[in-house]
Amino acid sequence: MIRPMIPLVTAALLFGIGAYGVLRRRNAVLVLMSVELMLNAVNLILVTSDVVRRQLTGQAFSLFVIVIAAAEIGVGLALVLRLFRLRNSINVDEVPLDENMS
Amino acid sequence: MTTSDVLFIAIGLIAVGAALAVVLTEHLVRAGLWLVLALAAVAVEFLLLRAEFVAWVQVLIYVGAVVVLLLFAVMLTRAPIGPSSDLDRPLGPALLVGAGTGLGLSGLFVWAFAGKQFEAPPVGTAQSLGGNIFDDWVLPFEVLSVLLLAALVGAIVLSKKETSS
Repeated sequence: MIRPMIPLVTAALLFGIGAYGVLRRRNAVLVLMSVELMLNAVNLILVTSDVVRRQLTGQAFSLFVIVIAAAEIGVGLALVLRLFRLRNSINVDEVPLDENMS
Repeated sequence: MTTSDVLFIAIGLIAVGAALAVVLTEHLVRAGLWLVLALAAVAVEFLLLRAEFVAWVQVLIYVGAVVVLLLFAVMLTRAPIGPSSDLDRPLGPALLVGAGTGLGLSGLFVWAFAGKQFEAPPVGTAQSLGGNIFDDWVLPFEVLSVLLLAALVGAIVLSKKETSS
């Protein structure tokens, strides 16, 4: 017998920690790490839902999420390296949001 | 309290603790290494939930590839080796949103699933999962392969050195 409450609460806490990290960290690489935590929390919820509904759709979707996360991290890190080459800093709060800021 | 409950709680505590270390540590490289522990703990949870194939994919892609990419990015952006004191932004909004979503969702799940137990499902092997994906989800699978190709090309274009102008 499996009690789905425990992995679901774990996933909820992981998602909260990831959201905290995204908003709290200044370094873009650390922000990407926190995004990975949030994506993993979603995967855990999808896989746990399979136990409740006795099917495999959640696991198939979690594989899709893993693929999208891999694509995201590749493009994200290319952007981070580009930013570092342009400004010599990867702090997200120093990224100019319009052309007048420098 | 069965054995599986105890295992779920222990692995969940490891995952949450390692995730907290990722967002709280002052060392960039250590954040990456704590992330390995958090992702591996989630992989063990997948095994406990009988999602065998997803667990090994998690180990191969996340613990293997994504963390190595992140550590490469840490190296290439010349991160300091020691602790850095300027990694954080203001605490208030982050704590509000993080604790709000985390505890709010936890409360929702406790309310919805308290005391409920389910039979362990059949093991999600590569065979059963492959059958599911290629029977029901072929179109999303194909679209994802195009997305992966686009991301690959995009990453190469972005990280290419400017040759002219």
